[in-house]
Amino acid sequence: MIPGTRLRVSPSPHLKDRVSVRLIMFTVVVALLPASACGVYLFGLHALWVILVSVASALISEFLGYRAMGKKFTMDGSAVITGLLLALCLPPTVPLWMPVVGSSFAILVGKCAFGGLGQNLFNPALVGRAFLSLSWPALMTTWVSPFEGVSTATPLGTWKAGGGDTSLSALFLGNVAGCIGETSALAILLGGILLIAFRYIDWKTPLSYIGTVGLLMFLLGEDPLFHMLAGGLFLGAFFMATDYVTTPLTGKGRVIFGLGAGLLVVVIRMYGGMPEGVTYSILIMNAFTPLIDRYTRPRVYGTVGKKWWVRKK
Amino acid sequence: MLEPGPPASKRYGGAERYESLFIVSSKFSCSMSGFRGGVHPSGLKLTGFKRIEVPPLPPRVVIPLRQHLGAPCDPLVEKGAQVKTGQKIGDSNAPVSAPVHASVSGTVAELSPRRLPTGDRVLSVVIESDGRDEWVRMPPLDPEKASKEELLQRVREAGIVGMGGAGFPTHVKLNPPKKVDTLLINGVECEPYITADHRLMLEEGEKVVEGAKIMARILGVTRVLIAIEDNKPDAIEHMQKLSEGWGEVVKLRTKYPQGDERHLLKAVLGREVPAGGLPLDVGAVVQNVATSKAVHDAVKLGIPLVERVVTVTGAVAEPKNLRVRVGTPFTYLLQQCGGAAGKVGKVVAGGPMMGFAVHEEVPVVKTTGCVLLMEEREVGEEEEGPCIRCGRCVDACPMGLMPTHLVRLVRKKDFEACLQYNLTSCDECGCCAYVCPSKIPIVHVIREGKKGIRRLKK
Repeated sequence: MIPGTRLRVSPSPHLKDRVSVRLIMFTVVVALLPASACGVYLFGLHALWVILVSVASALISEFLGYRAMGKKFTMDGSAVITGLLLALCLPPTVPLWMPVVGSSFAILVGKCAFGGLGQNLFNPALVGRAFLSLSWPALMTTWVSPFEGVSTATPLGTWKAGGGDTSLSALFLGNVAGCIGETSALAILLGGILLIAFRYIDWKTPLSYIGTVGLLMFLLGEDPLFHMLAGGLFLGAFFMATDYVTTPLTGKGRVIFGLGAGLLVVVIRMYGGMPEGVTYSILIMNAFTPLIDRYTRPRVYGTVGKKWWVRKK
Repeated sequence: MLEPGPPASKRYGGAERYESLFIVSSKFSCSMSGFRGGVHPSGLKLTGFKRIEVPPLPPRVVIPLRQHLGAPCDPLVEKGAQVKTGQKIGDSNAPVSAPVHASVSGTVAELSPRRLPTGDRVLSVVIESDGRDEWVRMPPLDPEKASKEELLQRVREAGIVGMGGAGFPTHVKLNPPKKVDTLLINGVECEPYITADHRLMLEEGEKVVEGAKIMARILGVTRVLIAIEDNKPDAIEHMQKLSEGWGEVVKLRTKYPQGDERHLLKAVLGREVPAGGLPLDVGAVVQNVATSKAVHDAVKLGIPLVERVVTVTGAVAEPKNLRVRVGTPFTYLLQQCGGAAGKVGKVVAGGPMMGFAVHEEVPVVKTTGCVLLMEEREVGEEEEGPCIRCGRCVDACPMGLMPTHLVRLVRKKDFEACLQYNLTSCDECGCCAYVCPSKIPIVHVIREGKKGIRRLKK
């Protein structure tokens, strides 16, 4: 029609939003930087090495894994997030072979074995962490105090043993023992708010997750603020329970996911053998995600909608 | 009449200013926006301040014998026949169809299948213009005195179809088998770039209102609402003045796809058309403003539908709103706008969200509101990635579907499950594919699914 021009023909729409998978993934990485920087500041250079080794081995594993699957490896940033998140929920004292093993397991078993990006049922980083916790429980529970590096227990560990209180301001700022990236609620909140502001994550998940923990702990006579701030709840609520692939598709479903995960954290902390329960709470809720999706389908325009409690004819 | 505003400077700079101006003003107004999902692509209305221009007649026009939803017309003329502007050249006995008319006077040069903007090939009448533009008109009717049947017959004879894009024959829509209580005039124009209806309301609002009155009389309704989005405050004000004491202008918060009659009914009346049903099932008829104007012309002036306003925009030297005859070739429109600017990669008939990409010469038909040229760099197809289940498509879908799920089901060829997940409710507005960060051509896949379901039913 226009001389000398080959016109492209493609189905509508002809406009696309600028957002891409790569942009989302790298924004998440940026959102994790405050927490990572905080971890390095608190626990020293070894923490930085753990982070770097973890990210690098995640990338290499993904490259090899995709190769083995015969899929094209693209640098979409998802492996960087997995590696980074795994490092952030490791104790700062772990030997460097642990992030290598953890990341490789996370990517190869947690992700590639399911078919790669978008196919995995469980959060890969948490799969890696759970694997390490089960295989080397002692190494995964060796804690040090920030700055001095003196052996100590986490605030939740102290609480589980019936010990005294940790100041809430130390918990909020991160001046306590714990995993590299989980101690400072403030640093995590900064990144989380960034993602919520860009609408990259849904605020409903962290709110319902952290809120449930606080409310139930209050009802059980515990200090709700302590339980909301201590341990990995913030990191899990803002960065793992909001993972697109492994959590529900609709807002309603995300609220249910948060409620369930919150309930599980309280059950594990109060009645289980471990002081912390974020990892398993999210992994267990991941397994329920397909079911939640099934029962939280939006009502289709012009129909009365299907209710799960109404039996099909 | 409003004075033409400051000329929007060319391309995006101007468009952005135009938009931001109205975002501020809309913040303090109480607009309604009451339907699920939807997206907010930037307006890009480059031609909102440009008066409708009437270019000289094209040397030859191509008039397809099916420009509407329904049965194609049979030709009433043969090759070599002399025709006059407004002369009926195609008609059909089918209940859902609309006649077509010669849009210039001259000689029938050819009768052959030609490509429509939608991609279909349809038998078309090619008319070589004699440049004299001699008209034959129908006798004008007095809308107050004529009977409903006469008015309906006139709407049919004038070949009027829904000019918003769907092209459903208007006389069928105006003769509902059920009682309706509301006529909704659609001046939403929610697609980016298009300003044809906007300018029509500003410059010929009186005719739009007259047409609406005639349609209200045919339908026997007393309530007439005119729906306009708040990115057209001048049109809202103008139509408010014109419809005072007679109809009501409803200001809507700008959101795509509000111009779809299903979502418009939900937003304006809070009524939801049942799945598989029509607006008349909830007591309403929706008509586009351009259709309304065409009804006025047909009844009061006796002029059939032979011209319409087309926004020619995007990568053209000078974007314009043009009033052109049906059958005008796209290249003729481009010539009138100074040709393409930059390296063009795509030509779209219609808006960028639901329009059709064309690759060869096609004519303006009754439903063509826009010709959009997109630059090469705007149309680079990005490689499709795997779905990351971000749920954006689910949030954006105004029908409440789960597009990501449908894509998976269609690709598994599980059409039974597609039916259960209401795939057939999709009206291909494109919101899902617009927001998809993995660049999955969701609409395309869903169309495949519709084909699969049709095969299933056979």
